[in-house]
Amino acid sequence: MATDTPQRTIVEAVNDALHAEMAGDDRVVVFGEDVAESGGVFRATDGLKDDFGADRVVDTPISEIAIVGGALGLAVYGYRPVAEIQFSGFLPIGFDQLVSHAGRMRARTEGAWSASMVVRTPYGAGVRALEHHEESLEGAYAHIPGLKVVIPSTPADTKGLLLSSIRDPDPVLFMEPKHIYRSFREAVPEGDHTVPIGEAAIRREGEAVTVIAWGAMMEQAAEAIEQLGVDAELIDLRTISPMDTETVVESVQKTGRAVVVHEAHRSGGWGAELVASINDEALMYLEAPVERVTGFDVPVPLLSMEDYYLPNPPRIAAGIERVLEY
Amino acid sequence: MTTDQSGGVPWLTQDDLPVETYQIVAPDGSYEPSTVPDLTDDELIDLYRWMRVEQRYAERMVKLQRRGEMGTVASGRGHEASIVGSGYPLAEDDWLIGMGREVTAMLLQGVSFRDMILYWRGIETAGRALAEQNCMIGISIGGHVPMVTGIGWGMDLADSDAVVVAHFGDGATSTGAVHEGINFAGVLDVPAVFYCQNNQWAISTPFEQQTNANTLAQRALGYGIDGIRVDGNDVLAVYRAMTAARERAREGRPVFVESMTYRVDAHTTSDDPSRYRDDEEVEAWRERDPVERYRGFLEAEGLWGQVDDDAIIGEIDDEFDAAVAAANAIEDRAVDAIFEHVFEELPPGLADQLEGFKALAEERPAIADHIEQRPKG
Repeated sequence: MATDTPQRTIVEAVNDALHAEMAGDDRVVVFGEDVAESGGVFRATDGLKDDFGADRVVDTPISEIAIVGGALGLAVYGYRPVAEIQFSGFLPIGFDQLVSHAGRMRARTEGAWSASMVVRTPYGAGVRALEHHEESLEGAYAHIPGLKVVIPSTPADTKGLLLSSIRDPDPVLFMEPKHIYRSFREAVPEGDHTVPIGEAAIRREGEAVTVIAWGAMMEQAAEAIEQLGVDAELIDLRTISPMDTETVVESVQKTGRAVVVHEAHRSGGWGAELVASINDEALMYLEAPVERVTGFDVPVPLLSMEDYYLPNPPRIAAGIERVLEY
Repeated sequence: MTTDQSGGVPWLTQDDLPVETYQIVAPDGSYEPSTVPDLTDDELIDLYRWMRVEQRYAERMVKLQRRGEMGTVASGRGHEASIVGSGYPLAEDDWLIGMGREVTAMLLQGVSFRDMILYWRGIETAGRALAEQNCMIGISIGGHVPMVTGIGWGMDLADSDAVVVAHFGDGATSTGAVHEGINFAGVLDVPAVFYCQNNQWAISTPFEQQTNANTLAQRALGYGIDGIRVDGNDVLAVYRAMTAARERAREGRPVFVESMTYRVDAHTTSDDPSRYRDDEEVEAWRERDPVERYRGFLEAEGLWGQVDDDAIIGEIDDEFDAAVAAANAIEDRAVDAIFEHVFEELPPGLADQLEGFKALAEERPAIADHIEQRPKG
């Protein structure tokens, strides 16, 4: 069996998940800018229109409000929309639809209506793209009640979490780390394969320090740990909200030291929430203040300077050393 | 096209587009009998009764608010024809996603007085009751319009015979959400009616400051759909326009309807319109009262003799009194209610917040006392 399991990249896993779920559930409708005819600017939706037809795979106007709002209406009517926002830098235009409507629909109607919808969007810097093509605002979205925020970092998780997101009864913002869309392959189970939302994964067990990251920063954090040769425990948060605080806290209680890594801006970023959660439940276990290695509080620079902005293995290693040497 | 005098450049200007206001009964009460919609006498009288419902409901709600028994309330006074005429043609399976100033249109879909009282008392149970009748009130100005397109899209995919109607005001038409939602509806050919009540005031902002467009109906052409401007104080014209709009929508032709009316009351009970508009303007519109105009029509048709107006008001009051009693009978909810419907399943972190609060409230009764003592109106 294992030899038949295809090796896929993250973006291929997105495509595989969409094919699988569209085949299995007639209610799934995929749409967004350039998703149907061209198969998406990253080819994430390649072949869907040929396989499932123009009614279920739709190119939309350049209209993020209408894409997210349209998904909401379809969801309320009983469909399972999977909308693509071409780059997460364009999502703020449609943000109001998530904040003011999708995240509140269940509460507004005491559960009579729900917004079972997925908004997929590639996020993050490092691909030498233009302005507005490299943002990481997961912390802003995770702040919204009623909205789930998921970020995979591996191909198998991408498929498993995307299938779970489409089947989730509540709205899910599915942020795809485009920097590592094609950076490696791994075995992705065929057919039905789900990974539960709200569960972090321990990628590497260790005793000396807990490193918490997600998305494209997982690779960078793993490399930093490798370079240092420390006995670090590496946690892939996978779901930003609702967060698996338990896994984080248990690990920090064991190691007594923690480093949070994210490429989003520092102040008010999700790392701050992690630090607060660790303080709430593991303060007396801490041997050192929790370190944050993050992007700076500056607009993500254009391609010539983006490497100054992004946390990289040496910066992460310095953070790990600081908490180890405190 | 207008030819530019200086250079012969063929500009397209809005003045090239005469937009008529569709009307059946003129403000002076005159009408051409052949244009009257094909409704039975009972239905014609029923339209009058519903306008009285809209009017009386607004009066009673404002009174309740003044007595501290209601949160902020938005009155539909002046919009009676615009609201009733828009709701009367809808079918049971149709959806109505409104803005809060279309009460009788929702009552016609099966929502009750009690539900509306609960809504304006800020009790979420009302949202459920509305949703069960395929209705919703979107308070964020214009933000609900893209979702209307999505619902229509779903109807189309499901081969439903229903249509979805969006209600919004003139102010909402300046928002991007309205443009994006309607434009997308045109692309998708969804069965949607975009019904704009142009009551000429967005709180204190007059229509002239909302847009340089002569009319909102002309916007329809920009979206590539059909539009109409209708006299929103003429219930028969609104009824007929919406009946036709509904039929077009069912054929996959979304439409934009601009209903020209006037908000004679304040924006809400929290607003003081004397700060921004003249009494003379309001008085002039009071003289164009849609209910009075329609009463004149019923008299001219010889139907007024069949109307027992006192009995109609008595029935509405009885129904409203019963609704207030039913709303008052709603049991107080525990704090769990605000956590219960955020997600289908309560995530652990949220459960911790709830349990933590309950434990603290148990330990410190002052918290519950403080909440209890805060005025709720």
